[in-house]
Amino acid sequence: MDNADRRPDVRDWVASGQPWIWLTAGTVSMSLIMVVGLLALITLRGMGHFWPAGVVELSLRDGSLMLGEYADHETVTAARVRGLGIEVPAEREFVDRFLLKVGNRDVTGADFRWVNDIDIVATRYPTAAFVAEREEWGNFYGFVDGIREGETQLDEGVDLWAEIDARLARKQDLAARIAAIEDDAMDSVNYALERLRLRERRLELDGVPAGDEAHARIAAERAELDQRYQDLSAELAALHHDIERDVLLVHTVDGEARELPFAKLVRVFRPNGMSWLAKLGHYFDKAGEFVADDPREANTEGGVFPAIFGTVLMVLLMSVFVTPFGVIAAIYLREYAQQGTMTRIIRIAVNNLAGVPSVVYGVFGLGFFVYFLGGSIDRLFFPEALPAPTFGTPGLLWSSVTLALLTVPVVIVATEEGLSRIPRSIREGSLALGATKAETLWRTVLPMATPAMMTGLILAVARAAGEVAPLMMVGVVKLAPSLPLDGNFPFLHLDRKFMHLGFHIYDVGFQSPNVEAARPLVYATALLLVIIIVALNLAAITIRNRLREKYNAAET
Amino acid sequence: MPSDTPAVPVSDVRTTSPRERMRLLKDRLFGLAMGVGGISVIIAILLIFFYLFYTVLPLFEAATVRPAATVSVADDAATDLVALDEYTEIGFAADARGDWRFVDVADGRERLAGNLLGPDAGTTRVTALAAGSPAAGTLFAGTSDGRVVIARTRYSVSYPDDQRLVTPALGFPYGTEPHDVAGDGAAIRLLAGQADDDEATIAAVTADGRLLLLNITRQTSLLDDEVSFELGRAELDLDGEDVVHILMNPGQRRLFTVSTNGVLSFYDIANKASPVLVDRASLFDDDSRVTAAAMLSGGVSLVFGDSRGRLAQWFPVRDAHNTYTLAQVREFEPLPAGISHIAPEYFRKGFAAIDDAGNLGLYHATAARQLTVLPTGARTVTALAFAPRADGIIYSDASGEYHTLAVHNPHPEVSWRALWGKVWYENREGPEFIWQSSSASADFEPKFSLTPLAFGTFKAAFYSMLFAMPLAVLGAIYTAYFMSPPARSIVKPTIEVMAALPTVILGFLAGLWLAPLIERDLVGFFLCIPALPLAMVAAAFAWTRLPAAIRHRVPEGWEALLLVPVICATAWLCIELGQWLEVLFFGGSAPHWLHETWGITYDQRNSLVVGIAIGFAVIPTIFTISEDAVFSVPRSLTMGSLALGATPWQTAIKVVLLTASPGIFSALMIGMGRAVGETMIVLMATGNTPIMDLNIFQGFRALSANIAVEMPESEVHSTHYRVLFLAALVLFLVTFAVNTLAEIVRQRLRRKYASL
Repeated sequence: MDNADRRPDVRDWVASGQPWIWLTAGTVSMSLIMVVGLLALITLRGMGHFWPAGVVELSLRDGSLMLGEYADHETVTAARVRGLGIEVPAEREFVDRFLLKVGNRDVTGADFRWVNDIDIVATRYPTAAFVAEREEWGNFYGFVDGIREGETQLDEGVDLWAEIDARLARKQDLAARIAAIEDDAMDSVNYALERLRLRERRLELDGVPAGDEAHARIAAERAELDQRYQDLSAELAALHHDIERDVLLVHTVDGEARELPFAKLVRVFRPNGMSWLAKLGHYFDKAGEFVADDPREANTEGGVFPAIFGTVLMVLLMSVFVTPFGVIAAIYLREYAQQGTMTRIIRIAVNNLAGVPSVVYGVFGLGFFVYFLGGSIDRLFFPEALPAPTFGTPGLLWSSVTLALLTVPVVIVATEEGLSRIPRSIREGSLALGATKAETLWRTVLPMATPAMMTGLILAVARAAGEVAPLMMVGVVKLAPSLPLDGNFPFLHLDRKFMHLGFHIYDVGFQSPNVEAARPLVYATALLLVIIIVALNLAAITIRNRLREKYNAAET
Repeated sequence: MPSDTPAVPVSDVRTTSPRERMRLLKDRLFGLAMGVGGISVIIAILLIFFYLFYTVLPLFEAATVRPAATVSVADDAATDLVALDEYTEIGFAADARGDWRFVDVADGRERLAGNLLGPDAGTTRVTALAAGSPAAGTLFAGTSDGRVVIARTRYSVSYPDDQRLVTPALGFPYGTEPHDVAGDGAAIRLLAGQADDDEATIAAVTADGRLLLLNITRQTSLLDDEVSFELGRAELDLDGEDVVHILMNPGQRRLFTVSTNGVLSFYDIANKASPVLVDRASLFDDDSRVTAAAMLSGGVSLVFGDSRGRLAQWFPVRDAHNTYTLAQVREFEPLPAGISHIAPEYFRKGFAAIDDAGNLGLYHATAARQLTVLPTGARTVTALAFAPRADGIIYSDASGEYHTLAVHNPHPEVSWRALWGKVWYENREGPEFIWQSSSASADFEPKFSLTPLAFGTFKAAFYSMLFAMPLAVLGAIYTAYFMSPPARSIVKPTIEVMAALPTVILGFLAGLWLAPLIERDLVGFFLCIPALPLAMVAAAFAWTRLPAAIRHRVPEGWEALLLVPVICATAWLCIELGQWLEVLFFGGSAPHWLHETWGITYDQRNSLVVGIAIGFAVIPTIFTISEDAVFSVPRSLTMGSLALGATPWQTAIKVVLLTASPGIFSALMIGMGRAVGETMIVLMATGNTPIMDLNIFQGFRALSANIAVEMPESEVHSTHYRVLFLAALVLFLVTFAVNTLAEIVRQRLRRKYASL
């Protein structure tokens, strides 16, 4: 726009190339729109998931009623709807379709239904309608009739909702105690029993005769553990009996009566009657559950805590492997290796390895680490567990090692970059003062290169946190029975399989039997992963800039 | 620069102080540690390549056959039939008189022996002997009075004292009493049969030249578990053919005969009461004789050998009208002399053939390969068989000797042609590229053609580059050359964030959000392609017509942000308009219209969706590198061009773009490398069907996604496992080569810039 003051002639304007410049500008805008749009989409859908949606009651043309939450809405051409075998009046060109989450999978079989606007006669939001989140069969939508305690039904006069809340709290308390026994006490007894079995097998393999004292000791320990197990089972049975006491009596919108045992209820609420503040409380409660709880219902409900935990632990382990090796390789390449054609080739090779598809690393990890290294470790150190593999199967250790290999080029390249930026004068000054080469490196060069190393590490972590394809081969599972870090010796179980946020997205979004129900959760998981990764990247950039400033100051 | 640091540090002078020596020692140790550590890390990285290669290599190793043992058995009749047990320890043999024996193949010790007709056969003799499918272990003996007895070999394995002990046994699942086939006492000259737990079928040619069918079904009484047999008989029309070979498939539904004049007849015997002739064909179209015939595992393919040493594979091919015709599928490398015996493998599509001069050839049907030839020197081989695991071969010769051979042949099904070329698979109409690595059925023929997968990979790369290239390269030129620095400081971090987005999220959005969206608004989407550039230019022109007061408020170099609302509005308009256009011109449903009018199938998860998603993933890569290349074009060049009167656009195209083109090229190469290896997006946003079709509205299966899907389920060190490693190696080599090329181009460009 050199001639900004004059209105140019169209032909001149075209000749000046301005249209082309605007076109190239448009491509940048499109990229920006895509990135921002994508982030906005994930944020909106991911954050919206926890907000309690209103429960809508639709009266349909055929006289039936539907109760549920709006899950999706689209406008489609009438022809497409007719293509589904649905009658649409001839004058209609477009149809608004609503996806209603009707829940009650145990009653109706499917918890989502499409409704076309032409079928809807009336729409209401009844305040009495309630939603029950359950531990199985998904949500229940309906109306509360009463409560039954044991065999007796509660009187009409009581404050029903106060009672529900109180009984739900009692159930949560009992459930927590059951979980404490099942997940902690019994789990550790089982774990101890399994270790005893392995010890016994080891004795057999070592050829210790059956009457030996070692066998007797094991038998004694086992008897003790068995007794403890019996005690716990009895306690558990009592708790299970207690928790079964209360039943919520409800009916669906069609008037079908149902009994919902409190033992299976997670949350009961009436969204249409909730105040804004109550909704906010509900929101944070749900968000907290998402971050801190275990998944329910084949991963489609509940939280993703094990996946967060697995991702973080795997990435931490990977950092432990990748940092020293990446830094050492970079120091060697830059400071010790003879600079020449060979180092140039190695440098190009290392650089290019960062561009090798991650799935190739997964294949290598499975073949080399899991089957070859893991198999050898099993034969040497864990013969008692064979044929069940200990390290000869995908697990946490091999996942982190594979990802360390995948990301080591990033660290090497970044560290080398940092080392090469350090002015020669600094090295020479140190050497001139009589320091050895090691001292020069350790005391002056490396500290100055830390920003670069940190950047490399953070970028490596960000890349590792988002990788899924190699992990599918070397250790990730859709549902791990126990966390890789727990109270049983040796506490950190490197051989265990683990859950991962990225894989969780893939698995729940594409392998789940009820994709529609899982979708909001997948958005929320995606949001969580994006937040983690973007935060890591921003941290890398910030640290880089801050440390660079610091050392720039030192250099001048 | 380290190369400038002195090789001998200043402090390295002879000194006696222990502290100084300690320092020097530490220095040495540090250097050593760095050297060892650094080299080992580099080796570890290079290990990837070597390990992949090492795992793939056995695929291309030649098969070996070597003599294992020879034992001599005193027998005065020629052995007609041999077999081996799973551990190649015990051989089974039956001779023309119906005498059978289990022999330890290592030392010739007889483990068990008897006669198929039992001790009180009287004057009845065995006149014909045939084996069922090797996996079933059945054998059939026809008698001089027109009857048939069915036997089955069984091996039980026990481990007394941790030593393996194989105990052989011969059973008679359909009774020791022979079943009458001929009905009139005519002797049986030739027979074939198959038997499973419920049903047995036998086809026999009598001495007087009739082809008869006997079907035996086992009936177990519900009351007392009493077993009785129900027999059904039929006669097949031979049309005067003089049958020399007869074969039946294990499913007992197909029967094949070969006559002396080389005519192959195919009978459908699914209906045992009324078998029908389906097709006839002439084998080896000259006057050679068919001297050997065998059915490969699975019961579809037949292999014939003739008196000139030729070998050919045939099977019935079903055409579009559901009628079967016999077709010669392929011919194999011949053996020097006439083929005397052919033995199929138990579970794979391999077979062994031996000729009259004693040359033993090992073949694989699907791969069309002669794997190896061993001259055994045996003159008159009377029977030949594989061991169940295809790791041994046993044959008997006329001198009463049993020879065993040890076979090492783990991956016969892979050859260069089988991997990349068209192969005519069983039950197919012609040669095709197919990837189908596993199936529920045990008789399955694995189809390892990497071509459809490589095709899918390049289809993904092509469509994604089509989307990413203009956006990334043009965007980079604008950002580096026209954009104002404050705007750049917004754009560049945004692109960095774009690069950091995990592909699993992109794949998820592409598969679950974008795919349904595009299916719904297909017309609107295609409307955007011409509409967006037009809208941009129109907006640009409108901008020049705005009052100068407004225009001056926005400094130069912010066009990209000005266009954001224009693009959003245009896209929204296109979508809205698209719906109306769809109603007006496409009958309300564009995918349906495509199918009806053009015959184009529309998959919801198609190449278009994948192209956009992978394009999104590679835009930052291409953008960053191209932007770098454009930005580092020396200012002197552009200044000179502008000074000579060129417009900024002319300068950008003729000077900047031209100078930076190697850099942009290398950016595209690296972007392409990423697109080729992308896994999660193709996994989630395509249907993963390995079809070869350029149609943008259909899916595909890429090498990377295939590895991710099949690797965890493949058996370690199986052919499938190694082929997947090969796929990984191919991906590795392709991306490595592409990246290296790009890197070299970039380095040369950097030197060029430095010299300017």
